[in-house]
Amino acid sequence: MRNAWLVPGIPFFSFLIVGLFIRPLSEKAAGWVATAALFVSAFFAYSIAWDYFSHFGIGHEGPALVPWAFEWLRYQDHLTATIGTLIDPISILLMVVVTTVSALVHLYSIGYMAGDDGYGRYFTFLNLFSFSMLGLVVAPNIVQMFVCWELVGVSSFLLIGYYYRKPSAVAAGKKAFIVTRFADLGFLIGILILGYFGIEAFPHIGAKIQQEMAGLSSIPIQAIDFAFINHPATAHYILTTAGTVLGLSTLAVACILIFMGCAGKSAMFPLHIWLPDAMEGPTPVSALIHAATMVVAGVYLVARLFPSFAAAGTPLDVVAFIGTFTCAFAAIIACTQDDIKRVLAFSTLSQLGYMMLALGVATAVSPLGHTASMFHLFTHAFFKALLFLAAGALIHGVHSNEIWDMGGLRKKLPVTHLTFLAATLAIAGVPPLSGFFSKDEILRAAVENHHPIVFGVALFVAGLTAFYMFRIYFISFWGDARSEKAEHAHEAPAVMLIPLIALALLAIFAGFVPMGEYLGTSHGGHHGIHWNIAIPATLAGLIGIALSAFMYTGTRERYVAVARALGGMYTVVKNKFYVDEVYLFVTKNIIFHYIARPIAWFDRHIVDGAINLYAWLTGALGRGLKPLQTGQVQTYSAWWISGAVFFIILLWMKLS
Amino acid sequence: MSYSLTDIFGVLPELILVVTAITAILVDVASKGKDSSATMLVTAVGFIVSGIAAISGVGTIGVLMNGAVFQDGFTTAFRAIFCLIGFLTAIFSPAYLHFRNIRLGEYYPLLTMSVLGMMVMVGAANLLLFFIGLETMSISLYILVSLNRTNSKSIEAGMKYLVMGAFSSAFMLYGIALMFAVVGSINYNDITNYFLADPTLGPLTIAAVALLLTGFSFKIAVVPFQFWSVDVYEGAPATVTAFMSTGPKAAAFVVFIRVFGIALHPVASHWTLLLSWIAILTMVFGNVAALRQTNIKRMLAYSSIAHAGYLLVGIVAGNHAAFAATGYYLAAYALMNLGAFAAVIIVNQRHGTDGSYRFDALKGLGFAHPLLGISLTIFMLSLIGLPPTAGFLGKLYVFSAAIETGHIVLAVAGLLNSIIATYYYLRVIVLMYMAKPEGDTTIPRPLPYAITLIVLSVLILLIGVFPEPVISLMIAVAP
Amino acid sequence: MQIELAHYLLLSAVLFGIGVMGVLTRKNLIVIMMSIELMLNAVNLTFIALARYSANIEGQVIVFFVLCIAAAEIAVGLAILIAIWRHRGMMSIDSLKQLKW
Repeated sequence: MRNAWLVPGIPFFSFLIVGLFIRPLSEKAAGWVATAALFVSAFFAYSIAWDYFSHFGIGHEGPALVPWAFEWLRYQDHLTATIGTLIDPISILLMVVVTTVSALVHLYSIGYMAGDDGYGRYFTFLNLFSFSMLGLVVAPNIVQMFVCWELVGVSSFLLIGYYYRKPSAVAAGKKAFIVTRFADLGFLIGILILGYFGIEAFPHIGAKIQQEMAGLSSIPIQAIDFAFINHPATAHYILTTAGTVLGLSTLAVACILIFMGCAGKSAMFPLHIWLPDAMEGPTPVSALIHAATMVVAGVYLVARLFPSFAAAGTPLDVVAFIGTFTCAFAAIIACTQDDIKRVLAFSTLSQLGYMMLALGVATAVSPLGHTASMFHLFTHAFFKALLFLAAGALIHGVHSNEIWDMGGLRKKLPVTHLTFLAATLAIAGVPPLSGFFSKDEILRAAVENHHPIVFGVALFVAGLTAFYMFRIYFISFWGDARSEKAEHAHEAPAVMLIPLIALALLAIFAGFVPMGEYLGTSHGGHHGIHWNIAIPATLAGLIGIALSAFMYTGTRERYVAVARALGGMYTVVKNKFYVDEVYLFVTKNIIFHYIARPIAWFDRHIVDGAINLYAWLTGALGRGLKPLQTGQVQTYSAWWISGAVFFIILLWMKLS
Repeated sequence: MSYSLTDIFGVLPELILVVTAITAILVDVASKGKDSSATMLVTAVGFIVSGIAAISGVGTIGVLMNGAVFQDGFTTAFRAIFCLIGFLTAIFSPAYLHFRNIRLGEYYPLLTMSVLGMMVMVGAANLLLFFIGLETMSISLYILVSLNRTNSKSIEAGMKYLVMGAFSSAFMLYGIALMFAVVGSINYNDITNYFLADPTLGPLTIAAVALLLTGFSFKIAVVPFQFWSVDVYEGAPATVTAFMSTGPKAAAFVVFIRVFGIALHPVASHWTLLLSWIAILTMVFGNVAALRQTNIKRMLAYSSIAHAGYLLVGIVAGNHAAFAATGYYLAAYALMNLGAFAAVIIVNQRHGTDGSYRFDALKGLGFAHPLLGISLTIFMLSLIGLPPTAGFLGKLYVFSAAIETGHIVLAVAGLLNSIIATYYYLRVIVLMYMAKPEGDTTIPRPLPYAITLIVLSVLILLIGVFPEPVISLMIAVAP
Repeated sequence: MQIELAHYLLLSAVLFGIGVMGVLTRKNLIVIMMSIELMLNAVNLTFIALARYSANIEGQVIVFFVLCIAAAEIAVGLAILIAIWRHRGMMSIDSLKQLKW
């Protein structure tokens, strides 16, 4: 396990080598070397997982080890930022997910990006991203987490803006960067508060924690290490000694501020606005960064700091509320989108909402939601990456993002079709695919911790998810080709299909992993199907699929042809057709227009508007400042004198 | 009064610069104004030797020259930094001066004298020596700013700077006089002792503090004393602007810490609120005004106003760690701002641009000139304050010092402002990498350009990843 | 009436104020520079009075330095002024407004 540093280390060296030496020589070699590096890294991740679980066993909570670390920044005693690797069940989980998906996306990109003039640059950035993300996953302290957090932000910015000749891509990159940085403001302040109280608490409880941690960490524990922050004694110290702010304990304030950073990265409402725009990047980037890995960093950080959140109490309610809201909000918008990548983006938002709400309903004594969230993170990474990659294959074949340009593709792109179907079934929660199990756990967590509203919303969204996912599935793969391009669509090359198949297998079978056993939080292996929850959830999914099939398969002509052929049945069919029209009227004109569209409008105008208002305000302030800078020395001198007078008055007032 | 050999060795870096300046003048006279490269060489060597002398003084802490000069971490560190700034400016200048057709050998001795003034300022242990250092620096700068005699903007900038500068000197001097009237001495230590014994302020003391504050506010360019800086930065020859926005500002900040942070610390409670407001106003003014600029030089000028606001946060925080943090941030700021200006100067020599520092000149340069692109990106990331650059740690240190001393509002304001700032710094990177190159992208690439960019970006990353030596040097400042 | 320290301080404050007003209101750059000189000399007067009344010689020493500095400043100022005259043909401070915003 001492080799754990290799997992982020290999992509880092590969980033340097590919960026500096290989890319100038051969673009093609750059792609293969970068890909190979990720496969090696994945191999190490698996071997660490094997070592860890064979050494510590499963079924109980494994220890958090820091087998490798060195001192980086020394602020003062007990406040030293280290660079190291933290090995515990959730970091192993994330390492496995990130390296697997990243390696497959690298492989896929070799085919997808072929012939693009920024080929080498693309792989360099992809390696940089993988390194940063893995560094974030294994961060043993909050400073390394923050540094890598910013690094993934930078690499995401670079990759969204990859098609830099497209103004919309550049704008999207900037938007993503600025919105997430705004969120990071809260994160940074939260870190500073935790660090401040950590230092205060250290002399009282540091020795005790140090003793407990003996043998687990290769260097002495510090006040900003997760092991220290998460320790119950620390939470207790902060809760009892630090005062309250606006009626909230200081710990709660710090956690909520940190959650602000998480909400930015994981695109929770109202900081979600950057994610749909981020789809301007190349599709594999969307799959890797904006679906499977980077966006779950926020979920991961909440999970990482879960003991602190649980101790503070209130922050978890905030997490649950925001998660639930985003989950429903994004799913409704997803029903109205016609760009396949945007549908997937909103679906990602919705699924991230699931993960957050699962964390939010968990408590320290009943951490089922925590397990469920990590489980869903795990399965979602595979089926969502698969959806994006399959969508990439579609786009590759059809040269359009619009679902209405596709149609009838199931025969022309058979492999893509089957893998996409597998992923769609998985996300819709059809048993026994992976999404079914993880969604089942989330719903169970909501029920067991007595959150009926959260459960209700989650159940409703489960149906909605099935509906909008099958909507794009039917429109793109069934019916007739709706455009010239779709007529001549062709299957992607093998190098793209292999990752698709690999991910499809994962999306189908990943649900059988007994996650509760590995995370050790399930208290006695509750893993299994709970019929009282599974049945309604599956039903919701099936209803969604049925509705979708009803609305989006077949064409008008088909109905007419069938009617003529059947003669006597004509009236019935006609009636059915009539019902269909009514139904369409109801759904399209009432539900879409009066519910979904306004929500989409609200999103585009009010939420985006608030951000734009900030930009406009600073701009207006700038215009207001212009007349001040007159260029005239005597105006400046007059300002000077007024400043001096102001100084004297203020000092005087302070005196009396 | 007697001086020992220790005293002489203590001020060796300054003495070396005096010798350098005189030699440079003689060399320039000997070359009959035809070619100033010999003058440049003399100056560059002088800066190196002086810098080595400064670094060799690391670790000696004490008071020299009968109590007139402090020998401590700040003195040592900033002498070295000033020599580096001077050296880079010197080697960087010939190509620019040639481009701008300024053929005056005086440039280099004046640069040397200005650095000398800065060194005297940071070492000074009394207000008179500080004032002399300040004037040595400023008067050299007045000439440097207006050195481009054929350009009416340069002349105008020089005149504006001189009028405002002399005006501020008079205020500063009046403040010194009143302080002298109250305390009966101009030594920092005497001032501290006086106020330790009696921390109440009379009307005369208030006037003295207010006047000194205006003087410092002018030099570090904070609201409402900042208007001159942008005009002067724009009009001055770009190399001089690069120099001015880093060295003199850092020097003024160090003295600000010595006078307000340390000497007047016993009465700090009277002016911290005032300074916090100035800090916030300055950040907001600098950032908001920078947003709307179409001229990179002016954008950087406003950005350096904003940075003065961030730096003030450290002075308001006002404890030992905060001063060390400010010192670190100053060093980082000097490096990244010098780098940013240097890169912009190079960009502006691109063929086909009219030398007016418009943002358009950046378009598509990132791929055409990898070194320029990468180093300018590093400078911008550092100015934004992103890891792993020195700018990130500087902000982190300063703001965490502010939070530790209870100035949470200031820290929040600083962080909010750094988000506004993200926008305009990012624009530089975006234009370089994400805009279509227009027209000819060839740029002259003499060796000094590459040296400057490499040295500065490596240093920024280096002290951004391993800040330990710098920060421990700064912590060693005399109490 | 006995002339005391306060009177000297008041006088120099008034002189300083006159200098400030000169800088703020006059248009001719030479007059502005003279006003700045007036400000500096007002401060000199303060120093000398303080030195005299507190028997502290430091004050007088400072004045010598200030005189030197003021001379240097004015010399540079006049040199720049000549350059301005060559460019603009006038010495009004209003001619200095090419650089703004």
